[in-house]
Amino acid sequence: VQDRCGCVLMMLCDGVCVQAQKLLRERLCHQKLPDQPVGLDSQYKHLLELLRRTAVHGESNSVLIVGPRGSGKTMLLGCVLRELMSLKEAQKNVLLVELNGLLQTDDKIALKEITRQLHLENVVGDKVFGSFAENLAFLLEALKKGDKSSSRPVLFVLDEFDLFAHHKNQTLLYNLLDVSQSAQTPVAVLGLTCRLDVLELLEKRVKSRFSHRQIHLFSSLSFAQYLDVVRAQLSLPPDFPDPKFSDEWNHSVTKLCEDKTVEEILRRNFNGSKDFRSLHSLLFLAVSRVSVSHSTLREADLIEAWRLISVDSKANVLHGLSILELCLIIAMKHLNDTYDGEPFNFQMVHNEFKKFIQRKSHSIHKFEKPVVMKAFEHLLQLELVRPVDSGVCKVQREYQLMRLMLEHGQVMEALQRYPQCPTDVKQWALSAFG
Amino acid sequence: MSRYITRLRMRRTYKWNGRPVGEDRKLKRKYYESMSISVEGKTEDATVSSGQYILIEGDDDDNPFVAQLHKLYTDDSGKKKTAVVQWFVRMCEVPQNKRKLLGRDPHPQEIFFYQDRSCDNEVDGETILGAVQIEYVPAENSFPEGKSKDILFVKLLWDTKSFKALDPELMQPPQSPKSPPPSSRGPQTRALPTPDLSVMKRAMSGTLTRGSMSTGKMNSSEAESLHSASKLSAAKALSAKRRSRASSGPHVRKKLDLCSPTKNVSRDDVLGEILDEHTEKTLTSKLNTSPTGRISISIRLTPLNLNEEERVFPLSSHSPDKPKLTAHDKDDATSVFLGVQSIGDDDPDSLINTSRTPRKREATPRRAGLRGLKARTPSRRKDSAALREPALAALAEEEHEDSPIQTAATPRSKRKSAQLVSSRIRKQLNVLGNKVDRLSDGDDDDDCFIPTKTDLQSSSDEEEEAKIDSEDELIVKKRRGSRTPRSTEKTRVTARTPRKTPIKKTAPATPRTPRHATPSIPSRSAPARKPGNVLEEARARLHVSSVPESLPCREQEFQDIYNFVESKVIDGTGGCMYISGVPGTGKTATVHEVVRSLQQSAEQDEIPHFHFIEINGMKMTDPHQAYVQILQKLTDQKATPDHAAALLEKRFSAPAPKKETTVLLVDELDLLWTRKQNVMYNLFDWPTRRNARLVVLTIANTMDLPERIMINRVASRLGLTRMSFQPYTFKQLQQIITSRLNRVKAFEEDALQLVSRKVAALSGDARRCLDICRRATEICEHSGSQKNGSGLVGMSHVMEALDEMFSSSYIAAIRCASVQEQLFLRAVIAEFRRLGLEEATFQQVFVQHQALCRVEGLQPVSVSEGLAVCQRLGSCRLLLLEGSRLDLFLRIRLNVSQDDVLYALKAD
Repeated sequence: VQDRCGCVLMMLCDGVCVQAQKLLRERLCHQKLPDQPVGLDSQYKHLLELLRRTAVHGESNSVLIVGPRGSGKTMLLGCVLRELMSLKEAQKNVLLVELNGLLQTDDKIALKEITRQLHLENVVGDKVFGSFAENLAFLLEALKKGDKSSSRPVLFVLDEFDLFAHHKNQTLLYNLLDVSQSAQTPVAVLGLTCRLDVLELLEKRVKSRFSHRQIHLFSSLSFAQYLDVVRAQLSLPPDFPDPKFSDEWNHSVTKLCEDKTVEEILRRNFNGSKDFRSLHSLLFLAVSRVSVSHSTLREADLIEAWRLISVDSKANVLHGLSILELCLIIAMKHLNDTYDGEPFNFQMVHNEFKKFIQRKSHSIHKFEKPVVMKAFEHLLQLELVRPVDSGVCKVQREYQLMRLMLEHGQVMEALQRYPQCPTDVKQWALSAFG
Repeated sequence: MSRYITRLRMRRTYKWNGRPVGEDRKLKRKYYESMSISVEGKTEDATVSSGQYILIEGDDDDNPFVAQLHKLYTDDSGKKKTAVVQWFVRMCEVPQNKRKLLGRDPHPQEIFFYQDRSCDNEVDGETILGAVQIEYVPAENSFPEGKSKDILFVKLLWDTKSFKALDPELMQPPQSPKSPPPSSRGPQTRALPTPDLSVMKRAMSGTLTRGSMSTGKMNSSEAESLHSASKLSAAKALSAKRRSRASSGPHVRKKLDLCSPTKNVSRDDVLGEILDEHTEKTLTSKLNTSPTGRISISIRLTPLNLNEEERVFPLSSHSPDKPKLTAHDKDDATSVFLGVQSIGDDDPDSLINTSRTPRKREATPRRAGLRGLKARTPSRRKDSAALREPALAALAEEEHEDSPIQTAATPRSKRKSAQLVSSRIRKQLNVLGNKVDRLSDGDDDDDCFIPTKTDLQSSSDEEEEAKIDSEDELIVKKRRGSRTPRSTEKTRVTARTPRKTPIKKTAPATPRTPRHATPSIPSRSAPARKPGNVLEEARARLHVSSVPESLPCREQEFQDIYNFVESKVIDGTGGCMYISGVPGTGKTATVHEVVRSLQQSAEQDEIPHFHFIEINGMKMTDPHQAYVQILQKLTDQKATPDHAAALLEKRFSAPAPKKETTVLLVDELDLLWTRKQNVMYNLFDWPTRRNARLVVLTIANTMDLPERIMINRVASRLGLTRMSFQPYTFKQLQQIITSRLNRVKAFEEDALQLVSRKVAALSGDARRCLDICRRATEICEHSGSQKNGSGLVGMSHVMEALDEMFSSSYIAAIRCASVQEQLFLRAVIAEFRRLGLEEATFQQVFVQHQALCRVEGLQPVSVSEGLAVCQRLGSCRLLLLEGSRLDLFLRIRLNVSQDDVLYALKAD
């Protein structure tokens, strides 16, 4: 009986654990809108007030939301729109048009998309899309017909705003901003961009029509706040079905955040970038390691996750090389040291390698030149070596100039980690000159 | 469409009839009583004489100008023929905004006596197309019904301000041309130029039909007009054959003799007679006669491949009653009036019985024959009625029967739909002609049945046809552009309008034609809220979009542009003006203001009316779209750029005495630049045309645009009328804000001054200034809840707004960057200093970065992390990077000055 109880308990525990994991993963991965944006209160208020005025008073506006990637521009806008749509007087009155500079790569596509999202194509059938010119005239006419008090305001959200500035003549931007500055249908033009110099991209007459309202999102988060966020992100909510488990879990999370190694890892991550996306990917990896056998988050999970995340992309590649290929890379490193980063060719590398072989013939098998050449080409395929501008006319493969795409440190680290690396090779690598 | 080609071969020549009836030695003019208009390839001439009503070619092919001919004279050289006329206007010539003054729907045939002294009443004699009939209807009477479509009715007088009752005295024939003109009249100032070849051609082709219209008055030439009618068509061989055949039939001779003394027998008359006398079993021979008067029309309306046999045969096989009945039925059912004309002329009695308007009566059949459907249809209607009641004399009553239809007619100004319909009918006729189905019982029956069939099919075919028609119409227009038969096209069109439109309305809406689509943003459920407090009110007033009562600080510019445009409008000449200025200096607003006030004075009749259109280089996708937009705004028709250019070219070069001046505003001129610059060239060339009456105002940002981008011939045409809008000074900006606020007390004086000084120092852009003020009111509103100040926008708020808008965000961005990002920036600077260059590869910077990490006691980052940091900085544009594909060797530059970076990092 006890066994069975234990079994049920285990299963229950198992279920709870999976449930918790699912909840956390969802939180970290789905980019769900938070209830309130963190540390962006003033921007939130500013934007909400602006859009509320467009929605309620029919006042045309234009605004740019500027911030580095991952700083929460879309999240902020999402929160504001959610709040706006919950307002009764705005709810049914606002038309939303969302464009993305990566999708609408020119004005023609953008215009089609606008017409589609405004449901204007129903008015005219599909004939209006005969030409770009007609489409533009059509849309402008539609927008011109409206007036401040009776038309429904249109919110234009332009994601990757800077890409729209590269369209020909900036026709779309000019017209949208012109509408926002004239007594036509009320519009709010919201641009989202990560470029700080976005205004310099606008043509002068387009720029003049822009209201120069910019909302900057720079996170001035301190590390303490960052830790709080981590804690909040990992904690289970109070309405979790199993309060016992959630208490236990939350306790472990608090303890985890006080741990020195964990703090060090988080600080390194924080130093690298302040945005939450990198944090989420780190925590996601850690949470994924939680299993029934250890139902709490431990520091080892986080360390492993950090190792996975911070690993150098080329270190893994180096790890799988043969000794011969490694030797060639060391030879190239020496060439780089000798000639101060000047490009080299295969012949030079081969010579360097031969010198090494002659000195240490007992430890390394002697390779024929074609074999060495093959190994070199493999490195070329892995893009660890890259030819210098192939602009010059065809030269023999042996004499084509190459560059090593590896940092000094990367080579050394790879050697340290390489399993059963011959000592001679290591020494050769460490020696100042080949 | 062979008729165009045939028409092109016609030439019109004008000759004086008889000797001069008077001479003015002072002005060296010789006055004539009448002028004959002859058409090449015909022996008979049409004649117009003073006192007659005439049609004069204008820019609108469908509605030629109507006038009463007062005098005809020639100058001493004897080459130039000039006509002094009294103008009449059609409803479509009355400005759009004044039309409602009429207070009722205009009669489709209604014209108005035109009383405007500013209008030039001398026209080139060679623009006269022919005579027309006008009938005076007393103001209290209703329009007579059932008259020929060619007769125009005058009821009211239009003096460019209002419609007034017309004194019939004014309609009396003018003083004898023999009496010398009043000496007060100055020399002919705005004489029309001698027509160029294309105009001549057009004019000639027009006369073909018009020339014979006058025959009702001129007995001398009446007999001849039959022949001229038969010659209308250029298919001379065919017509000749038919004529000979017609003359061969003995019945025909008899018939012709029976006809009105004018001997003007149109094909409709003949067929009418045929139908009347269907008991006589001589149909075939009569049918042979029928083509005499109708060749021109049949050629026009039916494809040429329809040969005679096919046309003649089915009718002869039919019982003569049949077509008649069908026509009659359709008449009632679909309000399409079909049937064959049998007019009073058949019966000599009718001439007496309907003596009320004998002249008109007489003219009708002739015109009917000549002018195609327009004339034919009403007469047919009469015919069908006449068949119902054998007494032909009771025509007046029958006209009453038709009255409901007449009143249902839509005004003829709705040309668009009319053209659509007519082109559809043409299409249909073509199709049917190709099929040669049993319905096409000879020409006349063709005319009878096919429209009917069209109607029956129309509801189902409507959609597709509308599509085809628009293309068809374009083709037609294009052809017309080269040759323009004023009459045929138009008369047909105008005549069909009233009839067709009811049917069109019953047909399902045509959703596929975008030109009728009325796109609009859906309206909101509740009206927008009005501003609540002072700050909101101020904000609403400060919005750039709110139109101020007046534009302060641009008085001088306003005056200059006003004077320029006004003088051009008054003189009826053309000109160009180039306006430059940096964005936000009120260029477009000032021009709009000018136009607004000019339009006001035009309303009050201080200056002549003008047409204002606006295009914007930024609001079109291609410079050549400018033509399309101008044409559409001018005439509401759609065309391809090339075609639109041709139409505009024609419009602006064709002489038209009554044309309104067009004021064209071209915004963002530099966008209209093309490699050949032909768009700009045309825009500046049109105003220089003698008859264009086009004023072009161009706006661009740079002062030296003409010198920089225009080739010489374009710049030369633009001329030297330039105006430059200087950026606003701080005083002006302050005045602008104050005038906008208009006693709404929301700002402290100092705050306003700060804003205007700041903006004036930076750009002088009024938009910027207003935006800053608006932002300041917001900031004030938010902070107002905390510290209870004066409630006004103060210095601090303005400062904050200025900071937001003008301060560079780079420093803030650097300060908020992560530790590694800041380190990387320092590494970049360190590497730059080491190299002495402003550029370094990632590898070099990375070495520095790692060293700095060690100095700072941080764990060195891996290359991948370093690259990620670098890319993040690059995406913010703190750094300028090459493509990341270069990996270690991608080159890095700073997008901020080193000092800024160091300043931002030091303060940290």
